[in-house]
Amino acid sequence: MPGATFRIWRGDAAGGAFADYSTEVTEGMVVLDAVLRIQAAQAGDLAVRWNCKAGRCGSCSAEVNGRPRLMCMTRLSELPLEQPVTVEPMRAFPRIKDLACDVGWNYEVKKRIRPFKPRPPDAPDGTWRMAQADVERVQEFRKCIECFLCQDVCHVLREHAKHQEFIGPRYFVQVAALEMHPLDAEDRLAELGQTQGIGFCNITKCCTRVCPENITITDNAIIPLKERWIDRHYDPIRRFLGWLRLKGGAGSGP
Amino acid sequence: MPDAVLPLPEPRRFGETQRRDVWWLAPLGTFIVLLAFVLYSTWAAFQGDHYAWGPYLSPFYSPELFGYSQHSWFGPKPVWWPSWLLFSPALLILWAPGGFRLTCYYYRGAYYKGFWADPPSCAVGEPRKHYLGENSFPLILQNLHRYFLYLALLFILVLAGDVWKALWFSDPATGRTTFGLGVGTLVLAVNVVLLGGYTFSCHSLRHLVGGCLDVVSRAPIRCRAYRCVSCLNRRHMLWAWASLFWVAFSDIYVRMLSLGLWSDWRFF
Amino acid sequence: MAEVQTHEHDVLIIGAGGAGLRAAIAASAAKVSVGLVCKSLLGKAHTVMAEGGIAAALANVDERDSWGVHFADTMRGGQYLNDWRMAEFHAKEAPACVRELEAWGALFDRTQDGRILQRNFGGHRYPRLAHVGDRTGLEMIRTLQDYGIHQGIDVHMERTVIALFTDADRIAGALAYDRERGFFHLFRAKAVVLATGGIGRAYRITSNSWEYTGDGLALAYEAGAELMDMEFVQFHPTGMVWPPSVQGILVTEGVRGEGGVLLNKNGRRFMFDDIPENYRAQTADNEEEGWRYTQGDRNARRPPDLLTRDHVARCIVREIKEGRGSPHGGVYLDIAWIRKRIPDAEERIKKKLPSMYHQFKQLADIDITREPMEVGPTTHYMMGGIRVDPETQMSTVPGLFAAGECAAGLHGANRLGGNSLSDLLVFGKRAGDFAARFARERTLGPLAADRIDAGVRRALEPFQPAAPEAEGPYAVQEELQAMMQDLVGIVRHEEEMRRAQEAIGKLKERAARVRVAGNRHFNPGWHTALDLPSLLTVSEAITRSALERQESRGAHFREDHPSKDPEAGRFNLIVRQDGAGSMRVERRPIPEMRPDLKKIVEENG
Repeated sequence: MPGATFRIWRGDAAGGAFADYSTEVTEGMVVLDAVLRIQAAQAGDLAVRWNCKAGRCGSCSAEVNGRPRLMCMTRLSELPLEQPVTVEPMRAFPRIKDLACDVGWNYEVKKRIRPFKPRPPDAPDGTWRMAQADVERVQEFRKCIECFLCQDVCHVLREHAKHQEFIGPRYFVQVAALEMHPLDAEDRLAELGQTQGIGFCNITKCCTRVCPENITITDNAIIPLKERWIDRHYDPIRRFLGWLRLKGGAGSGP
Repeated sequence: MPDAVLPLPEPRRFGETQRRDVWWLAPLGTFIVLLAFVLYSTWAAFQGDHYAWGPYLSPFYSPELFGYSQHSWFGPKPVWWPSWLLFSPALLILWAPGGFRLTCYYYRGAYYKGFWADPPSCAVGEPRKHYLGENSFPLILQNLHRYFLYLALLFILVLAGDVWKALWFSDPATGRTTFGLGVGTLVLAVNVVLLGGYTFSCHSLRHLVGGCLDVVSRAPIRCRAYRCVSCLNRRHMLWAWASLFWVAFSDIYVRMLSLGLWSDWRFF
Repeated sequence: MAEVQTHEHDVLIIGAGGAGLRAAIAASAAKVSVGLVCKSLLGKAHTVMAEGGIAAALANVDERDSWGVHFADTMRGGQYLNDWRMAEFHAKEAPACVRELEAWGALFDRTQDGRILQRNFGGHRYPRLAHVGDRTGLEMIRTLQDYGIHQGIDVHMERTVIALFTDADRIAGALAYDRERGFFHLFRAKAVVLATGGIGRAYRITSNSWEYTGDGLALAYEAGAELMDMEFVQFHPTGMVWPPSVQGILVTEGVRGEGGVLLNKNGRRFMFDDIPENYRAQTADNEEEGWRYTQGDRNARRPPDLLTRDHVARCIVREIKEGRGSPHGGVYLDIAWIRKRIPDAEERIKKKLPSMYHQFKQLADIDITREPMEVGPTTHYMMGGIRVDPETQMSTVPGLFAAGECAAGLHGANRLGGNSLSDLLVFGKRAGDFAARFARERTLGPLAADRIDAGVRRALEPFQPAAPEAEGPYAVQEELQAMMQDLVGIVRHEEEMRRAQEAIGKLKERAARVRVAGNRHFNPGWHTALDLPSLLTVSEAITRSALERQESRGAHFREDHPSKDPEAGRFNLIVRQDGAGSMRVERRPIPEMRPDLKKIVEENG
């Protein structure tokens, strides 16, 4: 059976280095299979997170040959196996051990986003009516499996470590999902520019490219949010029109 | 907000990456093509001559507010124009489409990579530690994109008018104007289609026609417009490059005719 | 005393899938302090893998549906071994739980008039599953997570509980280690809710992840609680079979709900060959009627491809065994054929089954809109588990509650697809409510230091200097999985299970000698070693129960007793520890069903 070499980063927060492991390659194998095979036979304490093994839970994020990927969805047949396959942990987060890193920051950011607040129910039985057309836009964002690959590839976090001023693509997707939710009545635009740092995004679309769920993060979530934020802060004309309409509406009342 | 600075791994050096592909190819391509376009369009705009031939007007010079060709709206160069300032009809108007492209969401991402290496490419080390994003002057002005969009929409009308005019050829001998179709007409028509595709696929337009609503299904016309713009928007990058190339080619086509370096072919 | 960090909560919830999160939300709504411990990161639990939908009689698509029909469907699916009280609560309360999710931000697919859309599923008489494409579980867990994090719940991620402590016969706390650093944590609590999910890792081919080692069941068993229905392990009929590395990954029943059909290598729809008597009246006679059913024809009956999972899985095994399987040892599941019936089939498949499309495209190079899939049974779900009070979800140990997959009762001998997500919501909520109520009436129980020390010592044993014949944890785990797959799988036989019993004994000895390399810092080898005892306990419980039930019913099929025994339909099997610490299996009669419920069952026959 053919083999391949895997150059896996071993170490912890204090430092580490790549170590080479060879293992057999069988049909249909993915990078996670190789890593788990190495773990079972050669390196019992090799730290790696995984769960569903079907691209559904977003646990096995790592960088394979320099690209942020889900290990369970990266087939070996798409990699050049003449050279060693490098597997290293995500770089935008502190390291714990080997391929596992501390993604706790993401959970803290999530807590800071204002939660969903629905409008009063539409029907007497306490339910709402929504059109599929309006639901679909948000359903795209809700496909997110929180693998944090978009956070990892985003240079604002990865290279510039703006973790304190910038919430990252994943959470713009979440804010977009809430802001565009047909039922939501909360206003999150004030934070968007201030504490969430949407201005740091310079739309290089790396997040969209790595998303394993194919969410069009930049075009469908971040740019529309930027536009909504611009409505609020940089568009006097629309504000004026809105004001006129408000006055007109009030004037035509009884 | 978490106060502690996260103990991240040391950032990579400029250009350092584990990527195996030719990651520098796309940003380099952007750099070369955009630079070539900027150089050519600047040169062409400063010429102030050879921008019209017969019924054709170069898109770089349209609308010709003041100028010497038959397309001029308000006659020749205004008397109040300071004599020390170089005059070209293009300089009066070119800032608008230029600004539209400069602040375009697609081009921004592309030229931040190609010209400023911020980042050079996804998951590749950067040259600078410092980063402000689009949070402060001058890049905060990128948020004015929608104003350029309003102007760009007007330009589409004007350029469409130019195509209409390019269908009417006057015979220098008799002075009679006849309906006709030349290669130049088609060049200008394709230009409007591509620029239209680029303008109507704009992210700001997508937001304004319907994206700003949470419940768009209750406004059927806006719903349809939103779907249309969204559909075009998926190919915004393609529209951007195609229209960029073609608008420059349109100028070259008219310029060559005007210089007499090639001649227009009339279908009828 | 060993170095242990102590936390105090009124209610401690172990497991953060759908049931654990729902319980945590319920308990915190009752104004008690709540701790939530999970083995993985928050939001990664197996609930995300649930694809088809949440069964609830909302009657949005077919107004003939009602809780009564749902109840009758659930009981029939479970071959009447279900706890009928639980089935009643479940059918009645599921609709409210689904609406509650919507109020917390979930976005289900919609009907034309803007209500929650429902789809067909195996064993459900009417379209009943509220869904979001084929990622309903993700929608559910994310909704609960995003709502839950604002309710003041203390979340302890990546911690594994290794022991429960009781004080004078009621629950007092739990000992855990954190996976990242290897530190020990003591949780003192007035009530504990187990929501640890399933046991899939006891088998080689499974849709479950590494987490599902039956921890909750083993913890409860060790703490003195009773387990029930352990012989009923659901093998989902459609798991991927090729390539080998993806073997077992789930293919949603939604594929069949949308018109997909099962075929053998001769292209025959073999499901028409064997339709069980109690479903004959509800099942389509011909392919045409089956197709009309999947397309929403209310007068058509469902195709046999959508019969209950136990039956479909067995039919697939039969086809494979009799040489009519596909090249890689499965059968074909074909959704691409609907191209012949509807013009925009490709779009429809991608829209209705996006995850399936990507899963096959990326992992198996198969375009399901053009080619059939190869599928075979995979270990999916544990119908059995901790025996609980139907109303309060409290186990036989006071203060110890259980909800979701790790609790038994609702599903009986076989679970209907879609009933597990509603199970998580209905009984997660109940467990949280009643655990909070229980906690409010109690004080923290004392914990004996020596028992904590003993727990820590036992956990550190794999780091002891290597004993003679010591081995790594992975080999033992793999052998157990292969053994259970072969000997206590879909088709069971007394002689094979006796061998399994013997093998489990030997594996226990080997597990005690397991040694690991490295230190306590994020060491998966060590984690695997600590999961082994739970796996062995549940494997033993499954094997013993399966031996004891000498009939074939639901998910339990005995080659040596191939038919149903009416006598055996009158009892559940209970597993518990006797005074000497060995496992006992006993028969417990099922209480007579309430007359009004009996009437409902008869009316919906």
